[in-house]
Amino acid sequence: MIQSQQNNTPKPASIDWLTLVLYYFFVIAGLLCIYASVYKEDHPFIYDNGMNYGKQLIWIGISSFIGLLILLVDEKFFYVFAYALYGMAIALLIAVIIMGTSFRGSNSWIEIAGFRLQPAEFAKFATALALARFLGGFNTKFSDKKVQLISYGLIFLPMVIILLQNETGTALVFGSFIFMLYREGLPGYFLFIGFMIALMGVLSLLIAPLYLIISIGAIALLMLLFIRRNKQNILIVFGVALAFVFYVSSVNYLFENVMQPHQKSRINVLLGKEVDLKGAGYNVQQSKIAIGSGGLVGKGFLQGTQNKFRFVPEQSTDFIFCTVGEEFGFAGSVGFIVAYLFLLWRVLFIAERQRYKFNRIYGYCVASILFFHFTINIGMTLGILPVIGIPLPFLSYGGSSLLSFTILLFILLRLDANRINELKGSFE
Amino acid sequence: MDSSVKRTILFLIFCAVGIVFIVRLVFLQLLDDSYLRSAQNNVLQEQTIYPARGLVYDRNKELLVYNDAIYDLTVIPEQVKNLDTAVFCKVLGITKDDFIYKFEKLKRSKGYAPFRPSLFEKQLTIPMYAAFQERLFDFPGFFVEVRTDRKYKHSNAAHIMGYIGEVTDKDIDRSNGYYRLGDYIGISGIERTYEKELRGVNGVKYILVDSKNRTQGRYKEGQFDTAAIAGKNITLSLDQVLQDLGEQLMKNKMGSIVAIEPETGELLALVSSPTYDPNLFIGRDRGNHYMELLRDPDKPLFNRPVAAPYPPGSIFKVLESLVGQQEKVLNPATSYGCHQGYLFVGCHAHSSPNQLRGAIAISCNGYFCQVYRSIVNNPRYNRVEDAYNSFYNHMASFGLGKKLGVDLYGEGAGFLPPTSYYDKVYGRYRWQALTTLSLGIGQGELGITPLQMANATASVANRGYYITPHIVKAIDGKPNPNPDYNIKHWSTVDTSYFPIVIEGMQDVVERGTAYIARIPGIEICGKTGTAQNPHGKDHSIFFAFAPKVHPKIAIAVVVENAGFGATWAAPIASILLEQYLTGKHDTRPALVERMLNGNLTHRNDSVATK
Repeated sequence: MIQSQQNNTPKPASIDWLTLVLYYFFVIAGLLCIYASVYKEDHPFIYDNGMNYGKQLIWIGISSFIGLLILLVDEKFFYVFAYALYGMAIALLIAVIIMGTSFRGSNSWIEIAGFRLQPAEFAKFATALALARFLGGFNTKFSDKKVQLISYGLIFLPMVIILLQNETGTALVFGSFIFMLYREGLPGYFLFIGFMIALMGVLSLLIAPLYLIISIGAIALLMLLFIRRNKQNILIVFGVALAFVFYVSSVNYLFENVMQPHQKSRINVLLGKEVDLKGAGYNVQQSKIAIGSGGLVGKGFLQGTQNKFRFVPEQSTDFIFCTVGEEFGFAGSVGFIVAYLFLLWRVLFIAERQRYKFNRIYGYCVASILFFHFTINIGMTLGILPVIGIPLPFLSYGGSSLLSFTILLFILLRLDANRINELKGSFE
Repeated sequence: MDSSVKRTILFLIFCAVGIVFIVRLVFLQLLDDSYLRSAQNNVLQEQTIYPARGLVYDRNKELLVYNDAIYDLTVIPEQVKNLDTAVFCKVLGITKDDFIYKFEKLKRSKGYAPFRPSLFEKQLTIPMYAAFQERLFDFPGFFVEVRTDRKYKHSNAAHIMGYIGEVTDKDIDRSNGYYRLGDYIGISGIERTYEKELRGVNGVKYILVDSKNRTQGRYKEGQFDTAAIAGKNITLSLDQVLQDLGEQLMKNKMGSIVAIEPETGELLALVSSPTYDPNLFIGRDRGNHYMELLRDPDKPLFNRPVAAPYPPGSIFKVLESLVGQQEKVLNPATSYGCHQGYLFVGCHAHSSPNQLRGAIAISCNGYFCQVYRSIVNNPRYNRVEDAYNSFYNHMASFGLGKKLGVDLYGEGAGFLPPTSYYDKVYGRYRWQALTTLSLGIGQGELGITPLQMANATASVANRGYYITPHIVKAIDGKPNPNPDYNIKHWSTVDTSYFPIVIEGMQDVVERGTAYIARIPGIEICGKTGTAQNPHGKDHSIFFAFAPKVHPKIAIAVVVENAGFGATWAAPIASILLEQYLTGKHDTRPALVERMLNGNLTHRNDSVATK
């Protein structure tokens, strides 16, 4: 990335204001939902636990400030320090394992001046930057095997460390980079394989492995009837079938022997194999009740009884969408989903209009991460995906999460803001 | 592939997820309203407000039944913390094993949830409650709930009052959702027959609760709440003083007393002996007391006056005299001789022959066997059955052989044998007067409840009609709304046939078999009965009304296995008549003393009739 520019500070006009407006729309919507979830008529402003609302306000202020700093910083900074930031993130992740504080069942927190921070959140944009730097490099072609291996390495390193911290949800987020890789040259069938792996994983828990293995064998034999039976095709079909058989068996083995009881029971509840409305199923059941009771237009702001009276656990963090569903109903929920898709489209749009590969790859990383969070979080509150505790970007209560998503998005805005300078530069 | 196509594909994947979410939302929010109901169940708690049950007074405005506060210990298991079990058990007077057992039982019970209040111990005693209230802060999670229970001021008239108890599943099903588990309902007596009036109407209060079941306030400022409506107060026709005296007189005897005001059908007293203290059926040990009473061979729970059929014995002769006249086979001058009986029916020694009035006075069996024979073998009818049917209908018009419709639970019909019964026993056309002759002296298959006896006496006192006997005079100050309690049920015997029979009944007391019942200054008309029965010694029976003109009271007394009617039943009836008509019973202290102290329970081992 070589360019010559005199003035490197973006003019206000060059910032993508639409994205900025969407960002503040979600942040303020989140703040209101957090307020609603702790609101009490008797004490509108104080509540034993109601400090969340004030804390989130402080975090919005901090995030806005950091966002402004990012917009003011030289855009080359991110390119230059991409690997350094990645290295720092990895170091922090390892540090947390060694001396982090345990909170909510995972060892992923460090405490600084009373605020708990989760380095895993910051590893997301650091990894995105490192991937952009590496793949965006001059003459780097994704079709190159070596390039592929290094890319996977960059993704798996933080993923494994975070898994060690017992933060399965956050670790899975790193899998979302597959969408960016698809844009950069990963063949489309990888997305399909990824989908199949997820589907087979679920099926192998639902159906007895023996039946699944027989079905895989039957499908493989059927396929052999319809394709040309040369040596190569037979080997591929055989190999894929064998790989799936191995995968299915290992999923079961992992499920039975490696997973922890609370994870097992969450998955069992979701798959309908276990009914436990007081235990693992309680969250999801109460979440569905809250959303389902919203009806067409909802109960009105601050009128939601399920959230207000704390029937939904984790309502201000992972289950924030319940408040939207209950108080603003179907209309509000659909509006929210459409707005979110609009933001995702805008991020893709911004990414695609970049002249530099680094910027574009980073943009796709942002879209991938936001999409993954959106899917898993809302899917979980609607009871169609397992309870994996990851926040809804910009809305969920939590400083680390808000700050990291702000940084993630604002770096893109900063990179994008430069396109006008680039144009200007080329004319001058 | 073109890069912008890849962007489109990715965005389509994003949109696909969005569409899946929206479809899911359609199901959750628009199509399925069970979530809305669940949400309401989550936060809305319906609290039932129980109204005070109606009070009960006697005819002289004496309070009989009122409500008393009782204290139930409830627990919200989730909130129990750092419980000092030893202290707790000491206050409650239970052992540690009891404590563990109670908790285990609680956990297994239907609808148990750790965050919901459950009944831990029913009906604390007052000292227990006091001790508890003092130390309640030591036992977080435990609460004392106040309810009301019945209290009986005079400890008598148990069979009239009945009792209340927890509803059964059947009651709940029948009530269309009015009753809930743990509610109380009238099980017998007026508590049962007047349940709807006494209970009032439950109120409902909707409160909002949070996920820990903590109250968060009223729902919509209480606009959907309804106030409880207190139960109606009931005035009984019972005379508390008479009832009490009746129970005293029947102490250590088995049997019944029924007293009716003939003009109105109002029951003045209704004694079933042996009886029990109705206060046994409230409080902590009600269950034990109930079982004890249930196991008692003397059947104190059995409501004899309304349910037990007795052979009436000679008092039946009064009704026969009326029916015979109506059927024109008997007139005051009809004379039959009696030489210590008729055919196989014996009679005591007395002057002979007698006319109707004299025959009643001395209760001549021979005379009334002939009367019965002339009624059933009446040549005016083609067949014996027709004649007997006519006899049957006359008797039924006095209220025999059927339920009268008294407002007390468990009324029996007694037994007045219809022709079909004799057809079955002897075969059709194969019976006649002599076959069923014992009916002529009130014996045989005939069964009449004391209530029916008293009602028949009232009919005679009224010279031909009765009003269905009832115990409730007024509800909330207004007369008993049951229309049946205002209707005169006329008998099929003409009023003109009554005077001669009444003269005979007066003679019974003035100079006949019940001379012992005579009270100077009061014209009493009565008839003794000595009913043979398969359960042991004869039942002593007496029915009477007084005064002769404008009768104020009709009474029937049955003392089981006590011998002649004149020995026990007549004196007891006489004392009660005196009490009711003069307000005191002190003119014959020796007689009263003898009756009060008479102990007939250990004379034989026989069990009560039926």
